Amino acid sequence: MIIFMVSLLVILMLIAAIAACVFKDLLGAVIASCLVSLIAAVLFYILQAPDVAMAEAAIGAALVTAVFIIAIIRTKRHEE
Amino acid sequence: MRIIISILLLVIIALGITLSLVIIPFNESTTQVGEYYIDNGVEETGATNIVTSVVVNYRGFDTLGEVTILFIAAVGLGAVLATSKKSKAGKKKIEPASLVVYTGCRFLFPLIILFGLYVLIHGHLSPGGGFQGGAIIASAFVLIYMGCREKRPAMVLTKVIESIGGLVFIIVGLIGLGIGGYFLLNFLPGGVPNTLLSAGIIPIIYIAIGFKVGSELTGVIDNLIEESE
Repeated sequence: MIIFMVSLLVILMLIAAIAACVFKDLLGAVIASCLVSLIAAVLFYILQAPDVAMAEAAIGAALVTAVFIIAIIRTKRHEE
Repeated sequence: MRIIISILLLVIIALGITLSLVIIPFNESTTQVGEYYIDNGVEETGATNIVTSVVVNYRGFDTLGEVTILFIAAVGLGAVLATSKKSKAGKKKIEPASLVVYTGCRFLFPLIILFGLYVLIHGHLSPGGGFQGGAIIASAFVLIYMGCREKRPAMVLTKVIESIGGLVFIIVGLIGLGIGGYFLLNFLPGGVPNTLLSAGIIPIIYIAIGFKVGSELTGVIDNLIEESE
């Protein structure tokens, strides 16, 4: 059961990572990279590293996303 | 000729990596230090969370380095953005956030702050600690910047908190140096493990780190947002 869940999460994480690279809409790419961080946090928790999971969720999913979105506000939303 | 040389180099690199990977014994511990921390960490430091006792006590000097790196990064960002901020004259009026965002931010802000403080204060008992709690507190302030910008904290206050946090860390370390002869000595009594007032200097240092990290990251967000107006 846990193997099934972990493999599902890893596949989702891979899809999100590829999406973050491929998307031309940079806001969508930022959200996809946020999803990567979020799933990484869940995986860290499953791997019994709750300290790292908390840091990853707070920094990777919240703060880095905020910084990227501020950068998008200052530049352009769509990649040429 | 160049192709042959590059292929040769690639083969050598690949061989080197595979050979060294074969030598590494995965899935079995080669050093005893990790087991030592797990076996003796609770008695020696009094902190139930072994990760915290390693981060703040056994490897406290590394943590000082990490905190310094974060400080330098925040100061550098502030310095770079401050020069471009001066050149721009006149502030644009900010568009107020919608009612949903405003109410949601005001509702969630105290809860997130409470959770961040909990994580920060219980760093030596449960998972989490200064870095995690500080990041959670900073993410609460991101909500403030999103929803109700007029309630944003004064930057002077965050700088003061940041400085006090760093000073507390170094002063506690220096007291240890004065009493026992080495930096960051755990000079306070360990106390009963699994209680809030235990583990000597670990909670003091981790709370200081938490406030420092939280105010630093808030300052980073503030710098970026003020720049982007």
